[in-house]
Amino acid sequence: MSVQKFETNFCEDFSEKSSPARPLLQVRDVTRTYGARIGCAEVSFDLWPGEVMGIVGESGSGKSTLLNCLAGHLAPDRGEVLFDTGAGGVRDTLSMSEPERRMLGRTDWAFVHQHARDGLRMNVSAGGNVGERLMAVGARHYGDIRAAALDWLGRVEIDGDRVDDRPTAFSGGMQQRLQIARNLVTGPRLVFMDEPTGGLDVSVQARLLDLVRGLVREMGLSAIIVTHDLAVVRLLADRLMVMKDGHVVETGLTDQVLDDPQHAYTQLLVSSVLQV
Amino acid sequence: MIEIADLSKTFTLHNQGSAVIRVMEGASLSVARGECVALVGASGAGKSTLMRMVYGNYLAASGRILIGDLDVARAAPREILALRREVLGYVSQFLRVVPRVPTVDVVAEPLLAVGVPVEEARARARAILDQVNIPERLWSLSPTTFSGGEQQRVNIARGFVHDYPALLLDEPTASLDAANREVVLGLIEAAKARGAAILGIFHDVEARARVCDREVDVTRFTPQAA
Repeated sequence: MSVQKFETNFCEDFSEKSSPARPLLQVRDVTRTYGARIGCAEVSFDLWPGEVMGIVGESGSGKSTLLNCLAGHLAPDRGEVLFDTGAGGVRDTLSMSEPERRMLGRTDWAFVHQHARDGLRMNVSAGGNVGERLMAVGARHYGDIRAAALDWLGRVEIDGDRVDDRPTAFSGGMQQRLQIARNLVTGPRLVFMDEPTGGLDVSVQARLLDLVRGLVREMGLSAIIVTHDLAVVRLLADRLMVMKDGHVVETGLTDQVLDDPQHAYTQLLVSSVLQV
Repeated sequence: MIEIADLSKTFTLHNQGSAVIRVMEGASLSVARGECVALVGASGAGKSTLMRMVYGNYLAASGRILIGDLDVARAAPREILALRREVLGYVSQFLRVVPRVPTVDVVAEPLLAVGVPVEEARARARAILDQVNIPERLWSLSPTTFSGGEQQRVNIARGFVHDYPALLLDEPTASLDAANREVVLGLIEAAKARGAAILGIFHDVEARARVCDREVDVTRFTPQAA
């Protein structure tokens, strides 16, 4: 039975949030090897609009390889990454031309790196970092670009009077928030995040988590978040995928996978977390 | 509204000699609209396990859990997400929130998730916080630092701010004083009156007698030792 039918039966009052007709991203059999070693193997899943999916696993489990394959930073040996471009229909991003894929990376897609310096231009001002992405999609009016940059600095809680400072003068948490502003200013629909809260103080992490949750809801974003922090996925991700040795060993609702893990490795992972 | 049929649950502990623990078998019950059903039975009999399965938090081994038309035991994650957003509320005993988020936003979140505009959602959140007697000076603070009873009431406010057609209540009156207990019982009665189907665990015998229409003893769903 479809959820839509269910909603019309029981929830006429809540009709605004109807279920979208098709997935935003369909991943099919994505495999990447490094010589004889497996990076990730036979990964398939669907991501629906507005969904946040977490990918967890220990170092070397293939989660970053997978994320880089999905985001077009790394060519998989085989598989399909089908993206719903909206007006342009569903396209396999792996068979796109390089300029097309780069355009996608500047418009509908965004990538938040673990280390903000990998996603920022450190010798350009904060405002310039945000404005650059707008200019890459054709914005030319200086006043508009600066206004958009200021608006986004505000949204990620960076004081407007820091707009002309370089990111080198920012703390780690501020750099990470600036990276998020730079990525979201063009209104992407899908955000890839690689350990977005890694290396930050816990107090800064909480603020960033709240920020990302709010943006996901307000902008209707979908996101794929790679992390090894189970507390982060519990608060951020709707669904969870657990990887080990390049393979997906378990998937499901985040709280179900964490509270009732089925696979031996997931049980080990969950039972190994230190309680605070 | 809630139809549970022949439901069973096992836990397989892979890292402890692959022990298979059967915790529930042949569980069946139903809750109609406007009805409140209490799960009873000794600690460890499986009340919470059953509630968690209904919410999709635990996987069922076999059987059926119909909420409206959706079988939670078979549903895809995104169907369960939609169900939790729109149809099925859950008041747990524990508050799990992003640290540092103000209480008013914690309570408004279920409304924002179904598309209520932010100002209206905050207004409704403030109204229900007032109703459950959380002092206004606390609304802008994170509930993580609140007392047990206050956290409990924030959970209640979150569970009742949106008019879910079905509700799961895990000890909603635990750790509340008489006045606040009265408020919560009033909220439960109002939810029943608007047609919500409620399944709950109530150790508070008087509260159970007042709001619950029936009791289901989960002990009869406990597998007999082979």
